[in-house]
Amino acid sequence: MSSTFLGMPATPPRSPYGTGNLRGDRKFPKAAHDELRNEQLRRNLGRATRTIRAKRLNVTGELPDWEALREAGSAIKTDTMNRLPELLEQLERKVTERGGTVHWARDGVEANEIVTRLVKATGSSDVIKVKSMATQEIGLNEHLESVGITPYETDLAELIVQLAHDKPSHILVPAIHRNRDEIRQIFLKEIPGVDPGLDNVPAHLAAAARAYLREKFMTTEVAVSGANFGIAETGTLAVVESEGNGRMCLTMPDTLITVMGIEKVLPRYQDLEVFLQLLPRSSTGERMNPYTSMWTGVTPGDGPQDFHLVLLDNGRTAALADRIGREALNCIRCSACLNVCPVYERAGGHAYGSTYPGPIGAVLTPQLAGMHAAKGDPNSSLPYASSLCGACFDACPVKIDIPSLLVELRHQNTEQSGTTAEKLAMKAAATVMKHPKLFTAAQKGAGIGRLVGGRDGRISHLPPPFNGWSESRDTAAPPKQTFRSWLASAEGAQAMRAAAGEYEKNRKQKEEEK
Amino acid sequence: MTTARETVLGRIKDALALAPTPDTTVPRAYRTGRTLPDDERLALFTDRLVDYRATVHTCTADRTAQAVAEVLREHGARRIGVPAGLDPLWLDAYDGEVQQDSGDIPAPRLDALDGVLTASAVSCAETGTIFLDGSPDQGRRALSLVPDLHVCVVDLSTVEAGVPEAVARLEPQRPTTLISGPSATSDIELERVEGVHGPRTLAVVIRTDR
Repeated sequence: MSSTFLGMPATPPRSPYGTGNLRGDRKFPKAAHDELRNEQLRRNLGRATRTIRAKRLNVTGELPDWEALREAGSAIKTDTMNRLPELLEQLERKVTERGGTVHWARDGVEANEIVTRLVKATGSSDVIKVKSMATQEIGLNEHLESVGITPYETDLAELIVQLAHDKPSHILVPAIHRNRDEIRQIFLKEIPGVDPGLDNVPAHLAAAARAYLREKFMTTEVAVSGANFGIAETGTLAVVESEGNGRMCLTMPDTLITVMGIEKVLPRYQDLEVFLQLLPRSSTGERMNPYTSMWTGVTPGDGPQDFHLVLLDNGRTAALADRIGREALNCIRCSACLNVCPVYERAGGHAYGSTYPGPIGAVLTPQLAGMHAAKGDPNSSLPYASSLCGACFDACPVKIDIPSLLVELRHQNTEQSGTTAEKLAMKAAATVMKHPKLFTAAQKGAGIGRLVGGRDGRISHLPPPFNGWSESRDTAAPPKQTFRSWLASAEGAQAMRAAAGEYEKNRKQKEEEK
Repeated sequence: MTTARETVLGRIKDALALAPTPDTTVPRAYRTGRTLPDDERLALFTDRLVDYRATVHTCTADRTAQAVAEVLREHGARRIGVPAGLDPLWLDAYDGEVQQDSGDIPAPRLDALDGVLTASAVSCAETGTIFLDGSPDQGRRALSLVPDLHVCVVDLSTVEAGVPEAVARLEPQRPTTLISGPSATSDIELERVEGVHGPRTLAVVIRTDR
């Protein structure tokens, strides 16, 4: 393609509108408003995020070279993006040399079709799945079901979500919004042949899942996985997990289909020495996750003998074309930013409407799927789902400057959205602030704002077009008097004289002490 | 017709042309090439394994068979699987049934075993991680996965201090499994439960003079 490359480069397309799971059905403030009423969710989230935060700080704090590892991780990812074409071609070559087959997918629709075709070719009507963000993003399960193939999620939390016909709400702990009683109910209702005396003890619930899935692992001929890393130099793929369901899926079936976003490639095998330290410590707060599987193509006599790697674009190249936004592609899906985010901790993952929630989701989702501001796209609200406190930047193991990306996306959204009430208001404010007399008059006028303030001196409802502001926050009513008018008053003048006297007294006292 | 491959590679090149960034060199200022004396590596590795609730037993090489037999007896393993390349001397003191693994045995049949005994390739003390690489004394991946008990023999000389030192000893082409304790989940209210799909018990026998 590069040899025929002529003329201006074209901006790559986003993930097609209306496909996959990269867009909710309502804007963040509306969704968050409802989620906030779910007390169970808030309790679970609060407890869970607090626990992981403490564990993460413990295990990152014990490494004296943690910052050096972050620097290296960040630079490796940046270098990867700069050299993406050659690295992907190298990965393809190495996987092929080792007996694997590489497929390319322009978007989620195409990836779903490829996977379906490969599953059908095996004659199997079931697939077992390892937890995978990429296949969740493209809605693979929904697609497989629509063509009569049954996908079985094998990660415990994904299983809970699937059995409850629900959506994941956290990258790492997808069923974080469910408590043990709810999970017991889901299992009793949805697992065929489950012991009706099942109680709500987590170990017993896990045992019920083990018994249910054991048979699937032993009999299902096809597995679908994602990949945490794909090494260009050697063609090695890696999946990081805890429960052993990953090992089962990657080992037991005859056919393995791995769907990997193109940004997951790493240049060198040696780079694993960095990411195998950064990922588990940031993600679960463990020194190392229980299991990591690494495989290179096909190994005769060991594991799947038919291996397919599907390389997925689905808007990643569109993100790559944005010099600032591109940084979001460096994400290694650890979810540390979710756990430290005050907004995520309260609103939960569902409010973001996307497979990718939390701070990273708020920058990654609009990059992959776009923000069609004019169409009232829910994604256009995501860059505002943040207080810009910066905790996510500090926690990110590859140093993605999420707050700056959010601000850039807000800027892009404003540029795209044409004339809005907010824009007009800002323009008016600029004019007023340039002219002192107008400014004084406007400040006096603002005192009238007290009239809309409630008894508690808060404004919680404003008429359109300002209701967008008041819907998501209470605003203190303006004071009776501006600072400037107070300063010009007799009371102000007296306060200033008293302050000057105090200052003079202190100065003299200090001189005497010397 | 343009293939998806050409399209995606073309888009990447377009994207890089639209938003060029300067070349980056990777600063590798983190710790590499660390060495620790034997006793410190042993102490660190043991501490980390115990933290994951694996059981740890130490012995000298000449006592391997006794140590292995004792661990298997402790866990009531009457019928175990072993990879074809395992040192047969390790089984000298074990009186249970031994099934030598071969590719002809369908992997689901391994479910009938009480446990499995394997060697290991490399370990990392700082994270308590054992690396299996499918060598003849470790066997195919299904063997160390399906049975509920995994007894793993580790030579202290293969235990490296940190992750970079351990990764440097791996052969990338081999199917490699990193094991840090028994399988676990924290998916229900973040309460840790040991033992989901992988072996629910991991017993490590460290040979201190090898």
